[in-house]
Amino acid sequence: MTEYPLTPSQTVGPYLSLGLTWPAGPDVVPPGTPDAIRISGVLFDGAGAVVPDGMIETWQADPDGRFAHPDDPRGAAEPGVPGFLGFGRSTTDAEGRWEIRTVRPGALPAGDGLTEAPHLDVSVFARGLLDRVVTRIYFSDEPANDTDPVLGDVPTERRETLVAQKDGDGDYRLDIHLQGPRETVFFQV
Amino acid sequence: MTELIYPYAEDTHPPLDSPGYRSTGLRAPTRRPIVLPQRFTEITGPLLVGEIGPNDHDLTRQHDGEPQGQRITVSGRVLDSGGRPVPDTLVEVWQANAAGRYRHAGDTWPAPIDPNFSGGGRVVTNSLGEYSFTTVRPGAYPWGNHPNAWRPAHIHFSLFGRAFTQRLVTQMYFPDDPLFAYDPIYNSVPEGARERMVSRFDLDTTQPNWALSYRWDIVLRGREQTVFEQVDAGEPHDD
Ligand SMILES: [Fe+3]
Repeated sequence: MTEYPLTPSQTVGPYLSLGLTWPAGPDVVPPGTPDAIRISGVLFDGAGAVVPDGMIETWQADPDGRFAHPDDPRGAAEPGVPGFLGFGRSTTDAEGRWEIRTVRPGALPAGDGLTEAPHLDVSVFARGLLDRVVTRIYFSDEPANDTDPVLGDVPTERRETLVAQKDGDGDYRLDIHLQGPRETVFFQV
Repeated sequence: MTELIYPYAEDTHPPLDSPGYRSTGLRAPTRRPIVLPQRFTEITGPLLVGEIGPNDHDLTRQHDGEPQGQRITVSGRVLDSGGRPVPDTLVEVWQANAAGRYRHAGDTWPAPIDPNFSGGGRVVTNSLGEYSFTTVRPGAYPWGNHPNAWRPAHIHFSLFGRAFTQRLVTQMYFPDDPLFAYDPIYNSVPEGARERMVSRFDLDTTQPNWALSYRWDIVLRGREQTVFEQVDAGEPHDD
């Protein structure tokens, strides 16, 4: 196999909003979509200070657990929710807060008879991060979390860093800690 | 089931904890990441994101007047590590103006703002994985990392590829920049890989009486072909 050497990663720097923002970025589904939920949180650094110049991106299945993507071995599926993008992007504001407006993804077959609980894959970018860091968002009111193979690989005492807490009707909250005693679990993909 | 794997390359990317770049100190996670097997969410990814405006590929035409500075084109191909072009993928860029100043409230050093330059652009690669921007050559700029710290001129690039695992944000540099030796961000990348971030001046694609051309190919993580795919491939190929 001819190997083309990979292009290295570099930080987004402090001015990422010049190139990466658009107003509808946080809208994974169009405003007014039935059963839409809001997932929000604050991005913190190792000193507990908020990160006001970061960016969160999310990628997820639709409510049926399908992707409109030809590399899904089950085939590309048109989303059952009109206007569903699967992708969300939110810069953090002056208070370090980010927010994604979406619908809850379905569970996914994981091979070997296993099932992945509903989740979003998350990339975190910021000045000071030379590469993105990857984490996940699960949902606190989801019984399937107990048998999720990814959560199962995470030490029990750190699992809560991946689980958004239900915070009212259609509202979920998860803070991300880049460092420190409450450091979020990050994944190598 | 065909399994698609995009392997992570440790010898390419900078370590998150790079003390020479001070902002990594409180932001780089300290615990070892847990390996995430590549399942459906990881082998898929956003294919087209957002709308492309008519002047998004030409940063010199986004205002009534032309920006100051050296007009250039920046073009190349987006490939995967198997050499396959990555078509129809979003490429986003942002940069400082010719004087080295970003049009951003956070950038306040005393270099002039150019009223005719915003510094953001986006294109989608064509069927051959090719992209092209017209812009002005950005200036170097000072930053607070250490005494007399200056960033070599660069353009920020963001790419998606086809899969969540292929996502890449990086910076493109210009050949022979005297600031390379002093820049902890450039030098955070392992020796032997840094040069891949440096574009190449190209006279052949330089437009007479118009714009200097810089060429830069971007390589994203590739798919390891499975036995199934090799059997199914109808014609011989050399990868
Ligand atoms: Fe920059």
